[in-house]
Amino acid sequence: MLKMPDADTDVIARREEIAAALREIVPGEGVITEEAERRAYETDGLTAYKQLPMIVVLPETTEQVSQILRYCHENGVRVVPRGAGTSLSGGALPLEDGVLLGMGKFNQVLEVDFDNRCAVVQPGVTNLGVTQAVSHKGFYYAPDPSSQIACTIGGNIAENSGGVHCLKYGLTTNNVLGLELVTIDGEVIRLGGKHLDSEGYDILGVLTGSEGLLGVVTEVTVRILRAPETARALLIGFPSSEAAGQCVSDVIGAGIIPGGMEIMDGAAIQAAEDFVHAGYPVECQALLIVELDGPETEVDYLIERVRETAEANDAMTIRISESEAERERFWAGRKAAFPAVGRVSPDYYCMDGTIPRHQLPHVLKRMNEMSEHYGLRVANVFHAGDGNLHPLILYDANNPGELEKAEEFGAEILKLCVEVGGVLTGEHGVGVEKRDLMGTMFDEDDLKQQQRLKCAFDPASLLNPGKVFPTLHRCAELGRVHIRGGQTRFPDIPRF
Amino acid sequence: MPETLKPETPEQVRDAVRWSAENKTPIELIGHGTKRGMGRPGNVGHTLDVSALTGISLYEPEELVLSAGAGTPLSEIEDAVANSRQQLAFEPPDLSALLGHETGKGTLGGTIACNLSGPRRIKAGAARDHFLGFKAISGRGDDYKSGGRVVKNVTGYDLCKLLAGSWGTLGVMTELTVKVLPAPEKTRTVLIMGLDAKQGVAALTRAFHSPHDVTGGAWLPQSLATDSGASYVRDAGASVTAIRIEGPGPSVEYRCQALRDELAAFGPTEELHGHNSGRFWTEVRDVLPFAKTGDTRPVWRISVPPQAGAEIVDGLTAEIGSDAFLDWGGGLVWLAASGAETLTAETIRTAVAASGGHATLIRAPEELRAAVPVFQPQSDGLAKLSARIKEGFDPLGILNPGRMYAGI
Repeated sequence: MLKMPDADTDVIARREEIAAALREIVPGEGVITEEAERRAYETDGLTAYKQLPMIVVLPETTEQVSQILRYCHENGVRVVPRGAGTSLSGGALPLEDGVLLGMGKFNQVLEVDFDNRCAVVQPGVTNLGVTQAVSHKGFYYAPDPSSQIACTIGGNIAENSGGVHCLKYGLTTNNVLGLELVTIDGEVIRLGGKHLDSEGYDILGVLTGSEGLLGVVTEVTVRILRAPETARALLIGFPSSEAAGQCVSDVIGAGIIPGGMEIMDGAAIQAAEDFVHAGYPVECQALLIVELDGPETEVDYLIERVRETAEANDAMTIRISESEAERERFWAGRKAAFPAVGRVSPDYYCMDGTIPRHQLPHVLKRMNEMSEHYGLRVANVFHAGDGNLHPLILYDANNPGELEKAEEFGAEILKLCVEVGGVLTGEHGVGVEKRDLMGTMFDEDDLKQQQRLKCAFDPASLLNPGKVFPTLHRCAELGRVHIRGGQTRFPDIPRF
Repeated sequence: MPETLKPETPEQVRDAVRWSAENKTPIELIGHGTKRGMGRPGNVGHTLDVSALTGISLYEPEELVLSAGAGTPLSEIEDAVANSRQQLAFEPPDLSALLGHETGKGTLGGTIACNLSGPRRIKAGAARDHFLGFKAISGRGDDYKSGGRVVKNVTGYDLCKLLAGSWGTLGVMTELTVKVLPAPEKTRTVLIMGLDAKQGVAALTRAFHSPHDVTGGAWLPQSLATDSGASYVRDAGASVTAIRIEGPGPSVEYRCQALRDELAAFGPTEELHGHNSGRFWTEVRDVLPFAKTGDTRPVWRISVPPQAGAEIVDGLTAEIGSDAFLDWGGGLVWLAASGAETLTAETIRTAVAASGGHATLIRAPEELRAAVPVFQPQSDGLAKLSARIKEGFDPLGILNPGRMYAGI
């Protein structure tokens, strides 16, 4: 298990006093101290990690959030913000000596402004809730993480969530226009609005994906888009993952950016087919789903070009959706891939690295070797367009030591991703899960510079400590200026 | 004594920054200096010229990524990706003509550092949205990097966003990685003649609300349309509202016709094809309507909610006697002001405050840029936060100090 920051016993001793102070700010049932009720918040989507929070507080207004944070800041109390708790990296894992700040009551759509093509919502509104608020006029909110029924926009901001359509439509960061932010000292700051781009530093941009370490978001303005006229999909079976990967490269090389492109490997195809009977070609070693969306004429034209590309890459089977129902059936197996794998194994561990796509055959081969080494099966689903890999490691937590083995296997995969030029996480975030792997991608100076940004927002490191960074440096230490080798005149630099 | 240093390697950049840090002498960062006339005039000592850090070190069209030295001319990158029928989708403008410099010299580093984006910003995002990773030297003289060479990455803080639009105040970037995307097979532009600004924005809004995937929406008053190199625009004898459609051939033809049908109620429509269409959008992108020889009026770039654009144009034209045109479906106002200039700045910012947004003084003589805030003034809380961020990256304040705001 990962080590979390040492709990502050003084803070824990003051628990009653802190709860009383928070009740002054959030009256009624908004402050939770009963153990049974706190239990509901002890974990997020990374369920292997559990920690009962000291106190849970559920504010309803920005003013309350501001007062809570100011109080915690003044009293040295740590705070863990939480949306719907769907994080797969443990981003909302509570602290024993921390206040868990649940943003679920911020669940209102405040304004839909079709003329300016944006919506203003509270952070506790679900991702799908935004689309539902605008779909009656043919609009939608583009990022669509697979947890979109449950996950909140506030959590999407924290994690910079993606989804299957993000190669074409972008991640959360590309679809947010404005934020209201409360910093740890209680200051309320507005960033952006209904206009584009920042007047000064793009703080909105760096807040997105900051995993709850820089501030608490209390209002979000998102871009909404006109929904595509139509969408059609191809379901293509290949004899090898190489062939599927090459087909994806050729599609992009031909200048086509599909709305979605997903690859599943043999193990994932079989599990999905057994579960939902989508008609997947189980004899294939790799399945590629390509979805084209946009104006009807364009989709029909591009479907043909993708079909030709698939044929040129030795596709074993090609099916093209002729109806909305058929398109949904193509997706049914992919969308159910995680629960499908859940059926064939007591537990599974979902990884999230990104690799340069041409490394796919090498990475899959290495992964199979690791699978043998660890004696654990692995199934792969893959956002093929952007190289985002989701290996699912199958294990049984009831077998002593198997969770640890799965974690070790997972860490090996992520190190491999970095080794081949990729990154640790494409969309799930670092959280606690990948925290101790940060050193494989960044050196000490890189991490220090990132933490200096943290210091600008939260010098006492009270907001979500223990996440993202393997080593916590004190801001005073990070702030010291020591110029290395500055005295030399360096005569070799050309001067004018 | 102030010196101009022109390092040839990232290591030499680091040495130069360390030397400046040790001597606490501020440095001005330049590539080819095409953007030197933008921003607050600063009190700088040495000049650090990174234009020798050139060359594309990685370009994988099928992975949609390209890495290059910060000093690589944008034109070199655009030529390289065009060979693979790709492009920088944020459509970086070349403001050199507007600012009185030789065109085609701007660098990748400068473009990203100023977060400059063109008409397609409304559809494809800004420079910051296509900026995937970098290597830089901090004001402490330390190397640091962020991001990566893949298009999907959430590992650690997204410092790319912070560096884009930081005008060289947070680090000296030495290498950058950007996302590249397929170039459209075909481009056409639908023109509607004779609409005033308000009607123009209404037509653009209608177009953006259609499912036809519009990638540009601009409005030019008759006085500026007259100077266009695209004959239909020049000879319109009226204002021009323009809507760009891009994509595969058959799709573009279909959508163009569909849009003309849908927008027929607004007025007579025309179509620009290939070359003329390209020329028109280059004029909009590079702000050429205000780049004529002898035009030295201060030029403002104003970003507002799209629906506020027309009101800003009408209000400011009446109040301060300006010329203005619209991009981004109404959300970007380019305005050339005449009259008492410091007063103008206040008038413009008051107008912007009504809708939310920001106004940046892009072209002006040094005295004016010293006298009025070049960038939109920020709330107290935001200004303090920005100052703390600056301190974390450049504690001695040696990198382009004061270029954006006093103390930043």
